[in-house]
Amino acid sequence: MTTETIQFRVYRYNPEKDNKPYMQDIAVEIDSTDRKLLDALVKLKVKDETLSFRRSCREGVCGSDAMNINGKNGLACLTDVRDLKQPIELRPLPGLPVIRDLIVDMTQFFKQYHSIKPYVVNNSPAPERERLQSPEDRKELDGLYECILCACCSTSCPSFWWNPDKFVGPAGLLAAYRFIADTRDEATNERLDNLEDPYRLFRCHTIMNCVDVCPKGLNPTRAIGKIKDLMVKRAV
Amino acid sequence: MVNRHVIGAHYGLRDWLMQRVTAVIMVAYTVALVLLLLSIPSDFDGWKALFSETWVRIFTQVTLLALFLHVWVGIRDVWMDYVKPVGLRLTLHVFTIVWLVACFMYSVKVVWGL
Repeated sequence: MTTETIQFRVYRYNPEKDNKPYMQDIAVEIDSTDRKLLDALVKLKVKDETLSFRRSCREGVCGSDAMNINGKNGLACLTDVRDLKQPIELRPLPGLPVIRDLIVDMTQFFKQYHSIKPYVVNNSPAPERERLQSPEDRKELDGLYECILCACCSTSCPSFWWNPDKFVGPAGLLAAYRFIADTRDEATNERLDNLEDPYRLFRCHTIMNCVDVCPKGLNPTRAIGKIKDLMVKRAV
Repeated sequence: MVNRHVIGAHYGLRDWLMQRVTAVIMVAYTVALVLLLLSIPSDFDGWKALFSETWVRIFTQVTLLALFLHVWVGIRDVWMDYVKPVGLRLTLHVFTIVWLVACFMYSVKVVWGL
């Protein structure tokens, strides 16, 4: 089996030992069967077991291994390692507190997500079987429900960097529109009221970093535009 | 007073919409002005004749008003993004409003030759 050496520059920070973060230069041998960045990272972890990062499903479904790869947020498990310029510079997601190495504290991110009530609100008596949707109505949710909450988008958004406590962020707003667009949901007005705020929604200045980085190819900017459309519709 | 984290001001749509509409007005004026300037003799008398037309003056004044409203939303957003202390932010908001109102009044003097 042919092997190949990959050069890395990795952000390291262990708050129990280090006074401040530093970049570590480290190389690792990978086999021809190692295709993704995550494969190389797992090898790196064998070489230096103090390196910390999150990963779980290793196939772009769980959203755990989001990180800043050569300056752009992405999932290590979906990124081809041989396509990357070396040394591959790995940093934690920007704008969130670092717990250790590539692991960030996502509390603020999930707080914003929960603030939009990410569940169907329907107080009508439940039918005997499920609440039905027509195929057309269901289609409205395509491009919205696929979000895996990896936080690549929100942590690439300058508005979220400056106001993570007040701006819902692209991931939260995409989820907000997912429930606004759901025909089974009855809380559309309350949801729009909840978002009509100069910070919560209108910090989005449509720079589309979120669209650029989303590993699932989703478009939060479009969803945000649709929320604004609905607000205009009900106000004008 | 307890230090609660408060959000949810229930406004923002009007400002956002205003910024879009005023942008359209400014684009329309820019295109119209370029076309008008190309169609007149480019000397002092040509300019004077153009700006003595009442409709040109009204169009100019409306565009300047649109500009000041547009600037208000833009500058306010910059303060909201980068200035965290509420007292300082409010001071900057007030300063911006006073400044833009003054600019508007001066623009009236310029456009109408008062």
